[in-house]
Amino acid sequence: MNRYYWIVGAFAALVALLAVGLKLNPRDVPSPLVGKPAPAFSLPVLAEPERTIGPKDMQGQVWLLNVWASWCVSCRQEHPVLVEFSKNGKVPVIGLNYKEVRGDGGFDMGKMGADEEKALAFKRAAQWLAQHGDPYRLTAMDLDGRVGIDYGVYGVPETYVIDKTGIIRMKHTGPITPDVLSAKILPLVAELNK
Amino acid sequence: MKRWLMVFALCVASTAGLASEINEAATAADPVAEKRLQGLSEELRCLVCQNQTIADSNAELAVDLRREIRGLIRAGKSDAEIIDFMVVRYGDFVLYRPPVKGITLLLWGGPLALLVIGLIALQRYLRRRAARLADEAPLSADDARRADALLKESDDK
Repeated sequence: MNRYYWIVGAFAALVALLAVGLKLNPRDVPSPLVGKPAPAFSLPVLAEPERTIGPKDMQGQVWLLNVWASWCVSCRQEHPVLVEFSKNGKVPVIGLNYKEVRGDGGFDMGKMGADEEKALAFKRAAQWLAQHGDPYRLTAMDLDGRVGIDYGVYGVPETYVIDKTGIIRMKHTGPITPDVLSAKILPLVAELNK
Repeated sequence: MKRWLMVFALCVASTAGLASEINEAATAADPVAEKRLQGLSEELRCLVCQNQTIADSNAELAVDLRREIRGLIRAGKSDAEIIDFMVVRYGDFVLYRPPVKGITLLLWGGPLALLVIGLIALQRYLRRRAARLADEAPLSADDARRADALLKESDDK
């Protein structure tokens, strides 16, 4: 009889293990960048293409870097949350537009020149923000996704919380829900702003 | 059934064709660098389709990362430096062979631990079985006679 307890116990443990595994999000890969300085970049600003922006310009304040693109479906889901969040203007949100044209998949990049790509990307990004609202203080345009690679971006949208000294304190992969905002991001921002 | 097999065969054939097409186009450029690229990208996981290597995957990110590796090779970086470049950005998760350290101990040691537990359980079971068999002493002469009598009785019926 004792033996059967063992078997049932082992089976229950296996079920529990698998149940926990099912609940985990396989896309939620811990970022090695948390606790490290935000990788430097210098990218053209959407509203003023002659101007560039980088993490250095944000030094001294706690800010969010939100990676987005107009072709990104989940970005549409989180966008209203960001727009609402940006209304009080306390925490600057910088947009990082990731591969606006290349990432779309609907264009033959072999046939498109760099200038043409740039013009199209700026136009599309601006249009999308005009249509859905613009929560960003500025949007940096990462046309070829190089900066995205430096930030370990693998699934847009992604959001980074960066502190006053330029250290990445948190990375959230996937759309920001009101829950994520109130439970994870806001407390951290408040803590960092102390 | 047959139809499904056909669909399956077509899928396999088409991906194989696609992969070799990409490889061929690239190898033409610089065979040594491409060989390194191939070797490196087979060690690295694509984070978009997580059970494929960067070499296998045709996800956008995998294409970008192959391009990045190609650039790093051209810049004269060593294999270790290139792997490092990826780990710094994407973590140990990109490695198909993650390093042995505290957090990956269960990953590396788990299968061995399960094997050891299995062997211990097997040994215990075999011991108990042997003990049980030893306990079943042969019938005494008296019992044997009774058993024979009973068997005979049932045969007669």
